[in-house]
Amino acid sequence: MKRNSLWSWIVLVLAVLYFALPLIGTFEFSLKMRRGVYSLDAYRVVLSDPRFQSTFLYSVTMALCTIVLGIVIVVPTAYWVRLKLPRWRPIIEFITLLPLVIPPIVVVFGYIRLYNTSSWLPLTGSAWGTNVLLAFGYATLALPYMYRAVDTGLRAIDVATLTEAAQSLGASWFTIMGRVILPNVSVAVMSGAFLTFAIVIGEFVMAALLSRPAFGPYMQLLGANRAYEPAALAVIAFAITWLCMGLIQLVSRFSKASPARI
Amino acid sequence: MTDATAVAPTSEPPLSGVRMSFAWLGVVPFLLFALLALILPTLEIVIGSFTDQNGGFTLANIANLFQPSILDAYWISIRISLASAFLGCLFGFLIAVAVGLGGLPPWMRSPILTFSGVASNFAGIPLAFAFLATLGRLGFVTVILRDWFGINIYTLGFNLLSFSGLTITYLFFQIPLMVLIVMPAVDGLRREWREAADILGASSFQYWRMVAIPILWPSLLGTFALLFANSFGAVATAYALTGSSLSIVPILLFAQIRGDVLQDPHLGYALAFGMIVVTGIANGIYIWLRIRSERWLK
Amino acid sequence: MAFLEIRNIQKSFGAAQVVRDFNLDVESGEFVSFLGPSGCGKTTVLRIVAGFEEPSSGSITIGGHEVTRLKPNQRDIGMVFQAYALFPNMTVAQNIAFGLKVARASQAEIGERVRAMLALIKLPELGDRYPYQLSGGQQQRVALARALAPRPKLLLLDEPLSALDAKVRVALRQEIRAIQKELGITTIFVTHDQEEALSISDRIVVMYGGKAEQVGTPFEVYNRPATRFVANFVGTLNVLEGTVTDAAGGIVEVQAEKVALKGKLNGARTGDRLSLALRPEAIALGRRPGYDSSLKGRIAEVHFLGSVIRVRVELGETVVSLDTFNSPSSPPPAVGDTAEISFSSADVSILQ
Repeated sequence: MKRNSLWSWIVLVLAVLYFALPLIGTFEFSLKMRRGVYSLDAYRVVLSDPRFQSTFLYSVTMALCTIVLGIVIVVPTAYWVRLKLPRWRPIIEFITLLPLVIPPIVVVFGYIRLYNTSSWLPLTGSAWGTNVLLAFGYATLALPYMYRAVDTGLRAIDVATLTEAAQSLGASWFTIMGRVILPNVSVAVMSGAFLTFAIVIGEFVMAALLSRPAFGPYMQLLGANRAYEPAALAVIAFAITWLCMGLIQLVSRFSKASPARI
Repeated sequence: MTDATAVAPTSEPPLSGVRMSFAWLGVVPFLLFALLALILPTLEIVIGSFTDQNGGFTLANIANLFQPSILDAYWISIRISLASAFLGCLFGFLIAVAVGLGGLPPWMRSPILTFSGVASNFAGIPLAFAFLATLGRLGFVTVILRDWFGINIYTLGFNLLSFSGLTITYLFFQIPLMVLIVMPAVDGLRREWREAADILGASSFQYWRMVAIPILWPSLLGTFALLFANSFGAVATAYALTGSSLSIVPILLFAQIRGDVLQDPHLGYALAFGMIVVTGIANGIYIWLRIRSERWLK
Repeated sequence: MAFLEIRNIQKSFGAAQVVRDFNLDVESGEFVSFLGPSGCGKTTVLRIVAGFEEPSSGSITIGGHEVTRLKPNQRDIGMVFQAYALFPNMTVAQNIAFGLKVARASQAEIGERVRAMLALIKLPELGDRYPYQLSGGQQQRVALARALAPRPKLLLLDEPLSALDAKVRVALRQEIRAIQKELGITTIFVTHDQEEALSISDRIVVMYGGKAEQVGTPFEVYNRPATRFVANFVGTLNVLEGTVTDAAGGIVEVQAEKVALKGKLNGARTGDRLSLALRPEAIALGRRPGYDSSLKGRIAEVHFLGSVIRVRVELGETVVSLDTFNSPSSPPPAVGDTAEISFSSADVSILQ
């Protein structure tokens, strides 16, 4: 059907302008550290900054912990709800959507009030305790996306039949989880994992208010004090997020079951 | 007219008895996590906003919200959220239609959706930096407009660290979010509806006005509500752009929590509670409209 | 000059030619079916008439006006889609009124017309319902009313009954035909179901591979199929291979028996191989007065279908199907028995 696609192109061009200019601008700005000539000095400064390395490492580690925590909590739950408790689904889904309703700043405020040194679970009293708290906070942030990804992945495979088949062959719950279910939802899990990674790396509010040495607060600190390095950081952060998304696409394309569209 | 043929009655098998099951134990870890990580902290805030210094019930904290400076903060937050949600809806919708129905080459769809996924997550500090580098006083676009077109946007009153600047910045993640959420609804506009409208004599405009927009309306409105809530709760971008200078509610709350401001801590609770109410209502509207629109598209 | 003239239509999608040189004249008030398997191009031709596809070449003329260059919304045609395509945000009445609203008819006119349409499709109380509250059959009737409300010059139906249950399909096709007769509107009906086409059409166009294989009345298409495809697609067909032993006398030898086919040989010469086609209802089990030809064989299968018994008889390497009616007082034939089948040579068609 021949349709006039002129205005679609106009919209597209305007959109590309709006989205590309800031990215180009940032990149261009990040190259201007050395007066008068384009150079990668800003990147060099940033990448060799020990605080960059330590905060980045901290955030990466936190991201990995959050991913593991997320998988351990979400996958068995989503599986169990699908298999045995279909009537609980609306309730569980509602809970997984709560993090989108309650702003993260409110959640972390709650943590500080609830788990401070004079409460029944004094997590904020120690660095290790606060890290655990932060991981829980990150897992909560990522919960909606993780749950949705895994749930969609489970929907694509016939969970009940697979489980019965495995049980009739004598598998224990552990085996079923580890050898049957997880491999079949690995694509969905990985999508959730990459998304979690992207969220955690850039997160600011929770880390700042819990005073942890994460990448987000580091970026903000640099932004308050320096001119060109923040631009370089923004480019790096964008590149990482794009990489995560690209990996999600790649991983979905290689899946044999029909991929979920988030 | 009666039929002389007879039909055999069918019978249903009896329902098997409901057994007492302990299956709910399987979701205990999840519920425990949700309780500790999300529900209890939130309840703590909610309860705290109704508690005074001595632990008794009070509405004073909520009443405290009604000071001019705080009302201003809520008002500017609401204005920014309305503006970025409205513009995000509008432009996001136009892009979604261009991609889904507009006759663009089909290979463009996937990269655009992937980019939307990236951009909708590109909030926070890096986004603030990006816009500072673009529309700040020495930003890329500011300089181009000044040197090539002779337009100095700063002398014309524009300031990145203001209502309009923040709105423009927020659009960077609001528009892609709109594209992602509304894309399935746009895809759900069946080709036959367009063709049926065509053959019944409708022009393009009449089709959109009488058929497509009404069908999409719950989705559009609902996503508007979602974008509103999303913008209302955003902290990092605003903080990175404006420091604590622009008083939107999340910034106020942030300062309260940090203890930067020597005030009644229960005010913090009330601020947070106010935020939950606003985002809660907005999300409630979104969910309700989603359910309604799904009924039609069966 | 016919009411609808479809001339020399060709359509290719890229390298694939989907419609080849399609020609058809439809008289005013006629009900014509396009019948064929999926992929034969019938829906494409319909969509070209409607204006949703542009033909690679050829022209469409309606009532003397050439419409090939016109957009669908300018052609004054009504169309019913396979998936009903009712607007979900509007009530039944609003759906039916749509074409009139678009043409800026007055409120009074619209109200009047909608009432009349609801009465025509026999659903007068459902005006305020929404499509999702209706059954498939009801939705399709509303779709028909919606298409007819603006009084179009031509009605197109694209496999409208395919999505419905069998019983509903039969009832609805009769209704469609009755309404069409009452309104006298020229109609094209696309289907892959040959029973549908046979039972309600004035003429049938049998299509295959983008071409019209045969155009004729149901009787003609069924009893005098022009090509092997038509013979096979429309109804069941038995094909017997035979050799001409006497071209002048019209004798063909089939399974060592002689069949006299005077006047049907069409220039075939002695020694040529021919395919003889027979419908199951034209073959009888045992000898029958008036049937001048017979062949011997063995009963291979017996299918008791209720009122009809379909018997498959082995004749050498071929198996023929024949239909016989159930007789409550005598049992069906037994498998393995020898049998003689008989038929009239007048009922035999020669296939190209």
